[in-house]
Amino acid sequence: MANRIPRVPVREQNPQVRAANFEEVCLGYSADEAQLEASRCLDCKNPRCVAACPVGIRIPDFIREVLHGNIQAAADIIHLDSSLPSVCGRVCPQETQCEGSCILGIKGEPVAIGKLERFVGDQALDSGMTPAAAPRNGRKVAVIGSGPAGLACASDLARWGYDVKIFEALHRAGGVLVYGIPEFRLPKERIVRREIDNVLHLGVEIETDVIAGRTVTIDQLLDSEGYDAVFIGSGAGLPRFMGIEGENLNGVISANEFLTRVNLMHAHDDEYDTPVFRGRRTVVVGGGNVAMDAVRTAKRLGSEAVIVYRRSEKELPAREEEVHHAREEGIEFRMLTNPVRVIGDDKGSVRAVECVEMTLGEPDASGRRSPVVKEGSEFEIECDVVIMALGTSPNPLIVSTTEGLDADSRGRITADDNGTTSREGVFAGGDAVTGAATVILAMGAGRKAAKAIDEYVRAKYAAKA
Amino acid sequence: MYRIVEKRLLAEGICLMRVEAPRVAASALPGQFVMVRADEKGERIPLTVADYDTVQGTVTIVTQAIGVSTRKICALNVGESLADFAGPLGRPSDFVHETDEALRGRRYLFVAGGVGTAPVYPQVKWLHEHGASVDVIIGAKSSQMLIYTDEMRAVADNLYIATDDGSEGFRGLVTDLIKELVEVRAERYDECVAIGPMIMMKFVARTTKAYSLKTTVSLNALMVDGTGMCGACRVTVGGRTRFTCVDGPEFDAHEVDFDEAMRRQGMYRTLEERANAIAAERAAGHVCRIGLDK
Repeated sequence: MANRIPRVPVREQNPQVRAANFEEVCLGYSADEAQLEASRCLDCKNPRCVAACPVGIRIPDFIREVLHGNIQAAADIIHLDSSLPSVCGRVCPQETQCEGSCILGIKGEPVAIGKLERFVGDQALDSGMTPAAAPRNGRKVAVIGSGPAGLACASDLARWGYDVKIFEALHRAGGVLVYGIPEFRLPKERIVRREIDNVLHLGVEIETDVIAGRTVTIDQLLDSEGYDAVFIGSGAGLPRFMGIEGENLNGVISANEFLTRVNLMHAHDDEYDTPVFRGRRTVVVGGGNVAMDAVRTAKRLGSEAVIVYRRSEKELPAREEEVHHAREEGIEFRMLTNPVRVIGDDKGSVRAVECVEMTLGEPDASGRRSPVVKEGSEFEIECDVVIMALGTSPNPLIVSTTEGLDADSRGRITADDNGTTSREGVFAGGDAVTGAATVILAMGAGRKAAKAIDEYVRAKYAAKA
Repeated sequence: MYRIVEKRLLAEGICLMRVEAPRVAASALPGQFVMVRADEKGERIPLTVADYDTVQGTVTIVTQAIGVSTRKICALNVGESLADFAGPLGRPSDFVHETDEALRGRRYLFVAGGVGTAPVYPQVKWLHEHGASVDVIIGAKSSQMLIYTDEMRAVADNLYIATDDGSEGFRGLVTDLIKELVEVRAERYDECVAIGPMIMMKFVARTTKAYSLKTTVSLNALMVDGTGMCGACRVTVGGRTRFTCVDGPEFDAHEVDFDEAMRRQGMYRTLEERANAIAAERAAGHVCRIGLDK
């Protein structure tokens, strides 16, 4: 009875040690561990895990290959649907997707699909096998942004023979995978760079330092650079702030800024020129994955680090695993607490945050109980750095410079489930359409758009012929 | 990589570079900036475009070597390359959207301070080419620190110079010269544009407010990405928080909270000074044995 075996635990770096370094927290399965875990899969006839995966990875098929020790075959199966298994194995919220619908999870623990995917992805990278480029079909597609949505879209199109060029605004490819998610969750050189290299091996080109809407407009790509279609996967956008007093004091920064300084610019490494605050006590406002990333990064820079969140622990939007890891590393959690004012010293630098206690009232539109201020509960938390991790609002740059491209009232690009926008030949997906979500949802949107782009371009040339 | 095709030292510590960046050259307009990174370990820093040539595909930047990053940029020579040169970023100056008819006959007063004189040039050139008449004040510490005077003379109706020590032109501050022009010589302007050190822009704004003279400033806030993602460049304008990179860099001078902007500009100053000190020690061949450089 395969399912009698308990879920194989995954080795992790000791919390006390890792709280002071940027090495990866999770060490992953060995070959033996992976094989043992693979043996737990029931190989269901109607695999609910596949239906729950935004990119539809053939999960039981690849797990079967792991069980038989055919890792390359397993990698080939995953690559049919995802070009970033080592990334997704690490950062997907499996507990609400594949693993969340695993039959074994009803009475016990689901198969560790994410850890198996990671194992296969990493083995494939280490084996040095690179995907082969498909024969070209002579059609050109431009992709805006080299994050998860753009990479997924570009990979599929390249496999189908398209000449794909990705335009990236920053100096390095990867989008949120390089500027947002920290090294200790997702190693940049060992994993992200090599998985992107595999996308390049498919024939995809990446041009960095190109800001769509400024360096070149979508209209120019279609009209003068000869692209048949454009996919916009430009990501989440501008960081939100609370709008409270003292928010522009020195030492109040967005999680985006803090994480970009450390992850993209290596500010924690003295060999690099970009500076970053190493606070004595850092307060991170928010409860999502980005808040967890920021607070754990602050801790690693030597600061005491505190999460302040206005609802209770149950409502924390971050993945359970991230909250658990943060606690293990000694992060302090102040739940049902909301900042009302940032207090500065005589030089205009942060000295403390004034907060109020909250209680939970009636459920709001999101179904979560909405926090209500407890009157007269003001108190101060002393700190010298405050990091706002409150989500983002869309960047208006592309919408405002593209003729006929509609956005909703909140500025997000309007696109249907297949990524089709109001503008012919222009498709969009990922955070630019949905607002901040997950890597895998963005990849799913990129793949759906790739399909729609393929159909659009074929129809366009069929009509011309 | 972006090759440097021309380099000139304009004044002590201030260098001009013409850089091959065809995409940026093709899209740049007056008022916009670029994000520059000298090498793989460098910082991304915003520099306002000083000129652009769509035919040659080059963009000119002028940098004053004051920190680790700007010194790295200035140390590069013709034939060498900058790792990154991304742009143009920010909104172009408002006047580029106006018709020649609207601009013809309009009188502008530009106030340029120090290295800020360079980004003033493409604006004056544009306005001159589109029929506006432009007076320019250039302010500097001394005649040795004046830059762009010949270029500016070619496109300005009148060029006025103010030096702190009186070694050239008017002796005193640019604000004194503005007062002289407006109050003594009774010059009338439709609009003023000031680009230079934050403290200069603050006092120009204060001076022109008294004349109800519409004034625009270009803010050089701290930035990491320059595309709207980080929020480091927050500035309060008219009581609202704006992002210099996407909402600016040009704002109504009479609405800007300059004191906050100056304070925010110095946010990383102690860290920068430390980096400077470490770089100087390293350059002198000193190896720290007690780990202070870690």
